[in-house]
Amino acid sequence: MRDFSYLRADTIEAARNASALPGAMLLAGGTTLVDLAKCGVAEPSTVIDISHIDGLNTIDITPERAVIGALAKMSHVADNVEVKSRFPAVSEALWQAASAQLRNMATIGGNLMQRTRCPYFRDPQNFPACNKRAPGSGCSAIGGVTRGHAVLGVSEACIATYPGDLAIALVAFDAEVHLGERKLKVEDFFLAPGATAEREHDIRPGEVITAIEIPGSAAARRSTYIKVRDRQSYEFAAASAAVGLELEADGRTIRDIRVALGGVATRPWRARAVEDTLRGKALDEHIVREACELAMQGAVDHGANHYKIALAPRVAARAILKLGETA
Amino acid sequence: MTAHDMKHAGSDSARLEAVGGRLSRVDGPAKITGAARYAFEQQLDGLTHAVLVGATIAAGKVAAIDSRAAETAPGVLAVLTPDTIMELKGASDWLGNPPAKPTYGPLAREVTYSGQHIAAVVAETFEQAVAAAGLVKVTYDETPAIVDLSDGKAGDGIPIDMMTKEWGDAQGAFAAAPVRICAAYNTPREFQAAMEPHGLIARWQGDELTIWEPSQWLDGMARTYAEWFAIPFENVRLVSPYIGGGFGSKALALAHSAVAAAAAKMLNRPVKLVLNRPQNFTSYGGRAATRQTVAIGADKDGKIQSIVHRGVNETAVDGMWVEPLGSVTSIMYATPNFSSKQNVVRVNTVVPGAKRAPGENPSAFGIESAIDELAYELGLDPLEMRLINYAEEDPQVKKPWSTRQLREAFAVGAEAFGWAKRSPAPRSMRDGRQLIGWGMAAGTYPVRRAHGEAVVKIMADGSVEVESSSIDMGQGTYTILAQTAAETLGVPVEQVSVKLGDSHFARAGVTGGSRLAGVMTGAVYKAAGQALDELIGLALSDPRSPFQKVQANTLSVKDGRIASPRGDGPDLSIAELMSAIGREKIEAKGDTMPASTTPEERYKNYTTIAMSIPHTEGNYSRHSWCAHFVEVRVDEDFGTVRVSRVVSALDSGRLYNPKLAESQWKGGIIMGIGQALLEEGIVDRRHGRIVNGNFADYMLPTNADIPDIQTISVGIPDPHSSALGGKGVGELAIVGIAPAIANAVFHATGKRVRDLPITLEKLI
Ligand SMILES: Cc1cc2nc3c(=O)[nH]c(=O)nc-3n(C[C@H](O)[C@H](O)[C@H](O)COP(=O)(O)OP(=O)(O)OC[C@H]3O[C@@H](n4cnc5c(N)ncnc54)[C@H](O)[C@@H]3O)c2cc1C
Ligand code: SF4
Repeated sequence: MRDFSYLRADTIEAARNASALPGAMLLAGGTTLVDLAKCGVAEPSTVIDISHIDGLNTIDITPERAVIGALAKMSHVADNVEVKSRFPAVSEALWQAASAQLRNMATIGGNLMQRTRCPYFRDPQNFPACNKRAPGSGCSAIGGVTRGHAVLGVSEACIATYPGDLAIALVAFDAEVHLGERKLKVEDFFLAPGATAEREHDIRPGEVITAIEIPGSAAARRSTYIKVRDRQSYEFAAASAAVGLELEADGRTIRDIRVALGGVATRPWRARAVEDTLRGKALDEHIVREACELAMQGAVDHGANHYKIALAPRVAARAILKLGETA
Repeated sequence: MTAHDMKHAGSDSARLEAVGGRLSRVDGPAKITGAARYAFEQQLDGLTHAVLVGATIAAGKVAAIDSRAAETAPGVLAVLTPDTIMELKGASDWLGNPPAKPTYGPLAREVTYSGQHIAAVVAETFEQAVAAAGLVKVTYDETPAIVDLSDGKAGDGIPIDMMTKEWGDAQGAFAAAPVRICAAYNTPREFQAAMEPHGLIARWQGDELTIWEPSQWLDGMARTYAEWFAIPFENVRLVSPYIGGGFGSKALALAHSAVAAAAAKMLNRPVKLVLNRPQNFTSYGGRAATRQTVAIGADKDGKIQSIVHRGVNETAVDGMWVEPLGSVTSIMYATPNFSSKQNVVRVNTVVPGAKRAPGENPSAFGIESAIDELAYELGLDPLEMRLINYAEEDPQVKKPWSTRQLREAFAVGAEAFGWAKRSPAPRSMRDGRQLIGWGMAAGTYPVRRAHGEAVVKIMADGSVEVESSSIDMGQGTYTILAQTAAETLGVPVEQVSVKLGDSHFARAGVTGGSRLAGVMTGAVYKAAGQALDELIGLALSDPRSPFQKVQANTLSVKDGRIASPRGDGPDLSIAELMSAIGREKIEAKGDTMPASTTPEERYKNYTTIAMSIPHTEGNYSRHSWCAHFVEVRVDEDFGTVRVSRVVSALDSGRLYNPKLAESQWKGGIIMGIGQALLEEGIVDRRHGRIVNGNFADYMLPTNADIPDIQTISVGIPDPHSSALGGKGVGELAIVGIAPAIANAVFHATGKRVRDLPITLEKLI
């Protein structure tokens, strides 16, 4: 049997201390960890159950910011009335993720830490080569089945897509992740693979995600998340966009705009070129569509994922136009 | 536990329980409360657990297996390899053909597909077996694999002459036709994807083998086990009280079944072996990938002059599967000239197998898409196109249809859907950024027939037991057999308990090809009739019977009470009569076979499919028919297709239970939506391995993908098809859904997608 020790941490302190142990992994909702353990990807020597820590599942919302505890469940955050009204994109990203059963178990902290769905990453027995799993072993995906792989932020080491939805909305609205003392932008928390595909997050041994914090803004209040996929539900994004929009008093000039893309990049992808181009412009379908194409600058496809280059800008444009219609 | 005791807990009205009544599934409460215990959920003392090790290459030889680490791992009882597993005898195939080789090794030395079983670890616990299986090190001498039909090494394959169907001068007439279309249609490798995985528990007691295994064919599988271990057929008992989905995949004893039974024998302990989800994509075959070209020539009025059809399906390097691709092509439309031929191509895969409507399903995708293309070529409405070419008799065998309510299906379906309001031009209907498309297609499935046997017992307390080794995989056997017995005997349905899924019960052939309901209602009808005759005979003749004095030559039984037809004599419950005449039970075994049938023929009938009765036997050609009308919404930017409405009119003859028939039809339609839009086994071409063998990545429709589905029965009793007038239900409705959706997508977008599934990148 694959033995591991189980340790229940009742305080953040205890969790931090224990997580510094080599081979230790935190267990929150378990929907990623147990899954990866079954695939033979995660082989923890110690499992630290943090799901019983008090006070980590709160959702605190003021006009200035939302602070969401790391143990808050995806379904609770998605259904929160304040989240829905002040950060609709966050709620929409959550309820379009996974399935109802998973959302009832999965936590916000665990959600940020979910791993790629690259099929080669998830099958060590049949595909030993994977730089993310075994640094330096190569990449089985390049030259293989790449329909779901990233076109932005890829490297020669790894082209795996960041699969999550919530983080797309978080980077759009400049959210921060709290790691105890350290706070950093969610955008900086996620790392592109570069030559070190195994490093996905800027998180250090002994650090635990305690909360995420999202600044309130007019753009966050008028925001949406559009997720496109073949199946209507329970599928990762072929491409998605979290968009926020603030218009000038004239009701058609763009004052502030946020655009982030999911399903197409190795990490949550903020499309600043699109934002910069559209800020100050009129909300016009043609202008919006053209500007959204800029999001794909530097995109590299690997055959079967080529469609994402055409698709992603359309998703972003649709989200912007949808927000415009609700003006 | 043996088979499940199926008492029905009360029904709404007397009408419900009669054959044709909308009785709810009698096994429903047990399933939704979790009380139903599936085959390998049995708890046995001393149970051990086996886990398989699969090949990580698609072609080559096993060079060496290092099992030392596994053997010494905690809890491990045995590591079985091709060298250490006991030798089995070869078993005959499902047609009864003798084995090609005298011996059989379920663990492979020669690898012909990725995932093929190489070794197995048996341990005290499941977790120990999983961990130890990970320690088995296999090295290979790898050779190049042929990964799929489009592999350069695949070639044209082997012609299957049996599949050739020709009449007239198809090539000549096609060349001469003023209007012609010719196109290629492809379907990918698809999987049955049943929720319940394959697996079993095997237990030996001396030379008697008990197998708890989900099964669509107890007698056929029992025969295979008996032959593998060279024991009498009667020594094998297969138990399968419920099946959590089979869709064609659970009719045969497979390599993993042999491994578990051999391990149990070698260890003299019961062994449980359940395939994990990825193994369920590599241990038995799904639907073979297919390629078809359909060429149709017509005159200017739309009358078809010729159909030329060529098909190819993949099969395994070491096994043969023919997916009959010309089956719908050859009968759906009247044509004076026809040619269909088929090849199979060997690729490195597990042998493909049956998945709901094998043959008819991909065949319909070809012909029903092509007819739509031809309709556009001619500027005809697709429905009109079909009516112009309506086949008044079976164009292939030139016999009349037993019944064919397809014209009615077209009319009723079109009316309910509102087809007349369709604007014909592609891209002419929209709702904002959603392009709307309406498409239609027809479907058909032959009436497959065989024989079955059933035991009906009238017990001292007046209750009735029905026993049969047929099975219920959700289609409703428990329910309709209770209805049949209740109606035939004149007892309330709550008094009937049906026991299925035990090979020691009265025999039954395979539950496949939508044949079971027709076969088994016939057998129960007969057995119950015999039991009733005996009951009435005793009532009239037994000196202790109160009816002995009644001057009647028969009695009537109604609502569980027995009386003279004129109602003037005594009126007793069956229990009172049984008590009066001092009987414990009345038992009758009925079967649908001629009395002259020999025991050998009976055995063959139940344990092979060699004695299936052709659907064109005698004077008629027998088929179920349907017409599907579908609305899709296609996002013009994203290429995503959503089915927003389905109306299907179906002719399955007489329905034994309309509620259950509708459920099966809807299930088929849902599966067809998955086939059209989502399902595809994706192969890594470098490794010949399925990379999406799990339920997160192998896409099946969710509830959110399924719209309102309206099914309308247009069937009439078909006396030539079955004893009670029914035709096949289970497989019919999936046939034609994929082309109906593809046709609707064309109408919506102007793009003709001829490769399933219709994923978004094909439309943007
Ligand atoms: C079939 C399937 C479909 C899915 N579809 C989607 C989808 O469409 N969109 C989407 O966004 N997600 C999807 N998911 C992913 C799902 O959202 C994540 O599995 C879930 O959010 C993880 O949360 P958890 O609490 O269960 O994490 P766990 O499994 O408990 O933990 C996951 C990882 O995070 C670490 N961790 C947990 N909490 C903390 C913390 N506080 N600080 C530091 N590290 C921590 C753990 O050590 C572990 O490595 C899907 C998952 C599955 C299985
Ligand atoms: S893409 Fe990344 S995760 Fe996938 S196989 Fe390559 S290195 Fe591994």
